[in-house]
Amino acid sequence: MGRADPILSVRGLSTAFSGDRGNVTVLDDVSFEVGRGQIVGLVGESGSGKSMTALSLMGLVPQPQGRVSAREILLDGVDLARLDGAGMRRIRGGEMAMVFQEPMTSLNPVRKVWEQVGEPLAIHQGLGRREIRARVLEMFELVGIPEPKSRLDAYPHQLSGGLRQRAMIAMGLICEPKLLIADEPTTALDVTTQAQILQLMRDLRDRVGTSIIMITHDLGVIAEMCDVVNVMYAGQIVEQADVFDLFERPAHPYTRGLLASIPRANEPRAGRRMPSIPGMVPNLAKLPPGCRFAPRCGDAMPLCTRAPELAALGAGRSARCWLHAPDAAQPLEEMP
Amino acid sequence: MTHTAKAPPAPAQDEILISTRDLTKHYRIGGGLFGGPARVVRAVDGVTLDIRARETFALVGESGCGKTTLGRVMLRLQEPTSGTIRYRDTDLTDLGEGALRALRKNLQIVFQDPFASLNPRMRIEQILAEPLRSHGYGTPAEIRERCTELLEMVGLRRQYLRSYPHQFSGGQRQRIGIARALANKPDFVVCDESVSALDVSIQAQVLNLLGDLQDQLQLTYFFITHDLSVVRQFADRVGVMFLGRLVEVGTTEELFAHPQHPYTMLLMSAVPRPDPRRRGEPRPMMQGEIPSPMNLPKGCRFHTRCPFARDICRAEEPMLQTGGGPAVACHFPLEG
Ligand SMILES: Nc1ncnc2c1ncn2[C@@H]1O[C@H](COP(=O)(O)OP(=O)(O)OP(=O)(O)O)[C@@H](O)[C@H]1O
Ligand SMILES: Nc1ncnc2c1ncn2[C@@H]1O[C@H](COP(=O)(O)OP(=O)(O)OP(=O)(O)O)[C@@H](O)[C@H]1O
Ligand SMILES: [Mg+2]
Ligand SMILES: [Mg+2]
Repeated sequence: MGRADPILSVRGLSTAFSGDRGNVTVLDDVSFEVGRGQIVGLVGESGSGKSMTALSLMGLVPQPQGRVSAREILLDGVDLARLDGAGMRRIRGGEMAMVFQEPMTSLNPVRKVWEQVGEPLAIHQGLGRREIRARVLEMFELVGIPEPKSRLDAYPHQLSGGLRQRAMIAMGLICEPKLLIADEPTTALDVTTQAQILQLMRDLRDRVGTSIIMITHDLGVIAEMCDVVNVMYAGQIVEQADVFDLFERPAHPYTRGLLASIPRANEPRAGRRMPSIPGMVPNLAKLPPGCRFAPRCGDAMPLCTRAPELAALGAGRSARCWLHAPDAAQPLEEMP
Repeated sequence: MTHTAKAPPAPAQDEILISTRDLTKHYRIGGGLFGGPARVVRAVDGVTLDIRARETFALVGESGCGKTTLGRVMLRLQEPTSGTIRYRDTDLTDLGEGALRALRKNLQIVFQDPFASLNPRMRIEQILAEPLRSHGYGTPAEIRERCTELLEMVGLRRQYLRSYPHQFSGGQRQRIGIARALANKPDFVVCDESVSALDVSIQAQVLNLLGDLQDQLQLTYFFITHDLSVVRQFADRVGVMFLGRLVEVGTTEELFAHPQHPYTMLLMSAVPRPDPRRRGEPRPMMQGEIPSPMNLPKGCRFHTRCPFARDICRAEEPMLQTGGGPAVACHFPLEG
């Protein structure tokens, strides 16, 4: 996994919407990398900008209200930030593909599954129907759809939720993308089905070497899947770390709060009350001055009325917090 | 504080508050003029259950297993197909409309979706006053006083009485749903996926609130969820449901530490663990698909997915062994 030569490198991605109540910046200076064959997590609470990051990379932010800007978005050396609409259409579904949360809403109910799953082949490689059907069958086998032949002519409603999500992953992978973006791919599924799909995605990475951006609000999924994690809060990345560092030595007070407040199925009940983060996520149209997490932060100090940068802490780690600013450096404590 | 409404008498220590015997709810679908032959969905299919006063009884199981239906039939928000429901000394099963209406204020439900369950055109004050008024709580001044009290009880400021639901976040709306359910001092509250749509930091806040209110108001919760992590940290006892039936019932610690039904064990092992050091551990995985509740297999309804199924499992349906300790519906329960 060449850290020196990532498959994706995002620098300074910002996305804003103009509406009747002025401009709202929903992504602010987002920068991260995905190494070849890595699974990189984007985790954060509702509205933190996870899906917007994915849509911005894919060139799918609603126009003309949404405006996306970036210093660069290098996908295997090609700067997507400089591509026009036609250029992005050639990339989308080909070199870079996306799997959404709810497979039912992204599938057309009146078209056969194989035609939809094979559509990227028609668009990007101009294959004929017979070749496409054969390729779809191979993909169904790859993603573990049982009795794949008999499912080719099914309609989406004839498949269970788990099978639909497998079909969507097959569609995402059919042009052998350099990068697969999966936005909450298992959130709508039962845990037993989720476990199967997560296993499938890990297998694909191991066997085919697919690089994956895994978007989720579930830190359990992050721990099971990811090599590297980006924690988002109110449109910004607030912490970046190797998955082990993140869980064992979280740097940002928000990450610490999140880790403390997840209920754990594998540990007996700790007490009557669970740790929680006080207050709530700020409204993006009325952000507090300075650090966006400061109003909820137990470690807030006067300095926090100024906005901290995402600062490198060494060993591939960064945090957007004055506690870890170079001149206020503090050692990272182990989690209790 | 004015208490026009009388609180129910405090129940004795191990008193059974609600119980069901062989409760079923079958939905008949199709069979109309053009519907083809009628089919029966056995959503709840013979549930016998005792819920003790002041406990939190969690009902878990995968999508479509009948959790919501059981919760609603227990409150007679839907009519059972057969079986009985008892609340304290009253047989609810055949209770007439008038008597049921009078009992309603003791039996409440908090829904999953804080967005859909509040009327968008009503101010919070109206939303909270409605159940009070319909049960003849008192004078308008007393009702207003109670609304303020309820709002403060769930941690919201009284200024919000004049606000509309859309002005609140998801967590705040869920608090309002809880306040509404508690308006008439119920003693039994069905929480149907009440925290499932919330972010973890907010989920912990709402669970803490539910716990505090339970202590203050002596509430009994029937806590419906698909989230086993929440169950372990919040419930006293757990019932595991599979295709309309309880397959295992026990205290939370017994059940998580020593699951006896293979389904319980597989469900638990599928939960993603927020601990990256354990990601490599092999775990048993459920194979295949859940049978349709319209077309149940003969014998144990779990045998088509059970890794331990033997001949008798395909022939004879095991019954939940009740009486005293943990109860399990399996011919070959796992060793504790
Ligand atoms: N079309 C739009 N116009 C204006 N704001 C938008 C639009 N779409 C999304 N947003 C805002 O962008 C922010 C980020 O949304 P996004 O969907 O990326 O969140 P998310 O992290 O994916 O959350 P979730 O976990 O709920 O999916 C939110 O505050 C959202 O309200
Ligand atoms: N009004 C109805 N008519 C016909 N079938 C129904 C009806 N309501 C529910 N069902 C069916 O009954 C079964 C149980 O549904 P129920 O909503 O109780 O499940 P659940 O366990 O609450 O699922 P979820 O976790 O998805 O909320 C399902 O197969 C469902 O499709
Ligand atoms: Mg999203
Ligand atoms: Mg339900």
